[in-house]
This record gives sequence, C-alpha cells and structure tokens, in this order.
Amino acid sequence: MHLSLRQVCKKVGNQFHIADVSLTFTAGTLNILLGPTLSGKTSLMRLMAGLDRPTSGSIHVDDRDVTGVPVQKRNVAMVYQQFINYPNLTVYENIASPLRLARLPKHEIDRRVDKVADLLKLAPLLHRSPLELSGGQQQRTALARALVKEAALVLLDEPLANLDYKLREELREELPRIFTATGSIFVYATTEPSEALLLGGATATLHEGRVTQFGPTVDVYNRPENLISAELFSDPPLNTLPVTKLNNSMLYKSQVELPLIDRMPELPDGTYTVAFRPHHLFLQRPSPAAIGVRAEVVIAEITGSESYIHVDVAGVRWVLLAPGIHAHEVGSAIEVFLEPTTFYIFDRHDRLVVSPKLQTTR
Amino acid sequence: MRFKWLIPAIYILFLLLPIYWLVNMSLKTNDEILSVFSLWPHNLTLDNYRVIFTDASWYSGYINSMIYVTINVIISVSFALPAAYAFSRYSFVGDKHLFFWLLTNRMAPPAVFALPFFQLYSSIGLFDTHIAVAIAHCLFNLPLAVWILEGFMSGVPKEIDETAFIDGYSWPRFFVRIFIPNIASGIGVTAFFCFMFSWVELLLARTLTAVNAKPISAIMTRTVSASGLDWGVLAAAGVLTILPGTLVIWFVRNHIAKGFALGRV
Repeated sequence: MHLSLRQVCKKVGNQFHIADVSLTFTAGTLNILLGPTLSGKTSLMRLMAGLDRPTSGSIHVDDRDVTGVPVQKRNVAMVYQQFINYPNLTVYENIASPLRLARLPKHEIDRRVDKVADLLKLAPLLHRSPLELSGGQQQRTALARALVKEAALVLLDEPLANLDYKLREELREELPRIFTATGSIFVYATTEPSEALLLGGATATLHEGRVTQFGPTVDVYNRPENLISAELFSDPPLNTLPVTKLNNSMLYKSQVELPLIDRMPELPDGTYTVAFRPHHLFLQRPSPAAIGVRAEVVIAEITGSESYIHVDVAGVRWVLLAPGIHAHEVGSAIEVFLEPTTFYIFDRHDRLVVSPKLQTTR
Repeated sequence: MRFKWLIPAIYILFLLLPIYWLVNMSLKTNDEILSVFSLWPHNLTLDNYRVIFTDASWYSGYINSMIYVTINVIISVSFALPAAYAFSRYSFVGDKHLFFWLLTNRMAPPAVFALPFFQLYSSIGLFDTHIAVAIAHCLFNLPLAVWILEGFMSGVPKEIDETAFIDGYSWPRFFVRIFIPNIASGIGVTAFFCFMFSWVELLLARTLTAVNAKPISAIMTRTVSASGLDWGVLAAAGVLTILPGTLVIWFVRNHIAKGFALGRV
C-alpha cells in the first residue's frame, strides 16, 4: 500500500497553507515532516488524514483517489501534540474505542488492547481514567489508541513536544522499535532536526507550505539540495556567508577571503552562499588548511558539556559550538577558524553546488 | 483580625432576614401575624402548609409550574446543544452577528412580547396550556442556553472531535457517547439557569394561562379573598416556592460561577 499526494494545495483565505506538495510514502516506512512552527506540518497531516479537503490536487491510496472520502472511512490514526483522550472513558475503553466501532469480537479486542498496552507499558493503568495519568502516560494512551487500530496510515503530530525532557527521551527510544513492529506508513512531524536524525527513516523538509526536499533522513542532512533545506535541518542554526567568487578566490566584503579547494575553482564567477554547521567553526586551528577570522563575541552560552558562542564577523552573525566549557567575555575579540572541507556552497538560486560529502568521496 | 468573621456574618444575617421572616410568618396563625410583633411563632402551626397541600387551587399551581418549567428546560437544552456546537466548532457567514443577536433577545422586557404571544396563542388554541408557557419562556432561555453551552463546549479541544472521527465515530454517536459526557457539568448548569428563569418568570406565565396551566406565582399574587389576605398561607406558599430552587442549586453548586460567566473561564 502506498499513499501519494499529487500537487496538493490548501488555501485558507488568501494564504496558501500548503502549496503544490507532491509526496509518495510506501508501506512500512517512517516519514518525518521537519519544519518550524507554521511551516505547514499539521496542515499537511490534516489533508492526509482527510480532516481537511485540499483546495486543489488529489490524494491517492494505491492509485485510488480518496480526496473527498470522509475521515471515518479512511484507514488512518492520528496522535496530536496535545494529549487527546476521551476523559469519560477508562484507558482500556480509550484504546478499545476504534476496535469497538469496527465491531470486532470481544476476545479479539481484549487481545489487541493487551498487546499494545504491553508494548507501551500501560497494562497496570488500563482501568484508570486518563485524567488521573501523568502527561507521558496520557500520550502513551493516545499512541496506543492510534496503534491498536493497525491503520494503514499513522500520523503523529509532534507527539513528544509537550512532554518533559526525561519522558521525551524515553518515548523517543521506544518509538522506532514500535514503528518497525507494524507495517503501516508512519508520518511523524517534528520541529527538531535532532529528533529527525534519531528516528531515521525518510525526511521531508517543509518551508512555508512547500516541501523543499524529500529523501532518506541522513541524505537530506548530509546533502541538502538547497539552502532552505540545509537551514531547516540545522540546530543550532547554520552559519552562512554571502561571498563573491572572482578568479581564484572567494571574498566577503573584501574582509574575509576564502581559499578555493577541490572543485571550487571550477565554479563560474558570481555570487554564492557559503554555509557550514556550528560544530565546524572552531576556537583552535583544526588543521593547517583552516582559515582564521577575527570575530567579536556577542553571546556565550554554556550548557555544561558544550558551549555556544555567538560571534560577529564583519557584520555576519555565526554560532560556534565547541565541546567543553569556554568562557568568553561579551565584546571580546577572538579568532575563530573555518575548515573549507566542511563548506556547503550554494549558488545565487540557493541550489547546492558543492557539498563536503562530495569532496570526501571524490 | 479576631473578628474577621463579623462582617460576613452581619451581611448574611441581613440577607437571610426577609427569608427568615417569611418562614416565621408561614408558621404563625393569621391572628398572631396581624396582632403582635413576635420574633418567633408563639403558637406554632402547620395549618398554612396543610391548606396548600390539600387545596387543589393551591397545589395545582405548583404542579403546573413544574410541568411547564420541565418542558421548557428540556426544549431549551435539547435545541441549544446542536446550536451551541455549531457556534463553537464551525465558522460560517455571519456567525458572530447571529451569536450576538441571540443575546439581544434578552434585551427586550418580556412585557413587549406578552401581547403578541397572547393573541397568537389564543388564535391557534395554545392559550392556557403548559406547552404555551414553556415555548414562550424559550424566548429568553434558549439564547441563554446557547451562550452558556457554547462556552463549555469551547473548553473541549476540537482535537477530541477529530480523534473520534478518525477512530470511526459518526457525528451523532460521537455527540452522545463522547461529547455530552464531556460537558455534563455545563448541561447541568444550563438546565439550572433555564429552570431558574422559567420558575421565577411571572408576566408571560400569567398572561398566557387562565385556569388549567395557572402557575403558582400567579396564584400567589391573586389570593385576595372576601375575608381579606390570608397572610399565613401566602407565606407558606412563598416558602414552598423557594424550596425547588434551593434543591436544584445544590446539584450545580460547584459549577455555578462558571455558568454566571456563561461558561467562559
């Protein structure tokens, strides 16, 4: 079974919430929708579920057009960011409700509820009311209700976002195990790049209602096709530098000069954007080829194992991520180092022309 | 602040004074009421209450009132439920204006509607029936019920509806099995408010009835017999009129403040 969206648009008033999205998901895969708030993740999921109707375009399940089919007749399940359960029913009845509506025999309902309750460690709580449970247990109940149905399409809309740190880690570890146990299409929306990498699968990066790239998660991370995808898939934010290539050098405002390595000299002259991740900006010279740049410290944040140092380089704001604790006074001048082998270079249409992966595999 | 209980105590005392006086009167004989000033009944008697429970012209008033109030509560709540759901869940052309217009129905004094209702009901044979009063009271109870229920319904996340539809609930089934239990306290509060306004309303109830559906409040205000006013019996009737309200408010006491805020807290 597969689900495909064909040129789907959703317009509300004069605004496009979803603009021309075409995606195909196949059975047994985990697909991540990655994008910031308001990028259209939830809108897209509502269209897939059948809660909303697309303004134009169509949605197909196995080449059958399901665009106008009401949600009750679709084989889907959904978990929201908020903990949504039926407060008037017990945990058991909450989980059993899709099965009861499907008129399954009682012993089959019991069997499936027990199975999924074991999987999500809800067995001792089955006769409680959802209101008596902790947030994590409530969300596990919602997950159980989505899984017990064994729907062909399971939509998870930031299911861990409202949980505290500990519980989120715990559930995040359990989720891939649960996903592999079923043959459904999973669609998982998240705002966090690290969550996408942890879960693996395939990732679609979303920006203002458009899919900017769709492919295996690691590939999207390693080889973003365009600047927006690279920026979406970077936390802390990607460092960028607008440069002009002329002959054999790349210049930023005649203040920062970058040497050209590998394939870079082959690029035609013009304007480019150089991008690199925060952990590729260094406090100490990482290799003889690294470039030193004078910078001013703007903010220094220390998390314990890592330090985030925000620096200003000739008017451009960069973030440096360094392991360990590095205390730097705000306003002090330091030297930071760039490693040209870690550069992503995008042309003036923001398309990737040089990626670090390419250089290493050459 | 050793005497911080003093001010509320005085306040409650003042509030309860007229009610106490009513109870006090209802337990006295007419002679005692009219002749001497007594803070408590010297010749305690239940005769006044006996009159009410044995005289059909008295107790039928209570029965009539209860019948039309019950009908009104049922009509108001059952019509307001789907209306409030629509206002809370969907946006449609003019929804906000319509919602406000509902409330403006309460701005006209019932006296304005007494004449048209009287004429209309007389001409279609509804005059002096319980249903006539019940429907007339919907004029102000239905908008109120929609407002209160809408507030309670908007407190239930829309995602619960959607989750139910995804699970496979049809709308009617979802509404009865999931949604109504979720807003049960809201329905209780709404029913209480409808009860209260319908129970105390005098003008429409009196105008639209003559004999068969005459409410207790109308009977109380017309009891001037040849022998003058029967103070004791009137006081007993008053006490018995307060009682149902006290009973009903007991059930919704924990939710009543939210009801006064029209469900919006």
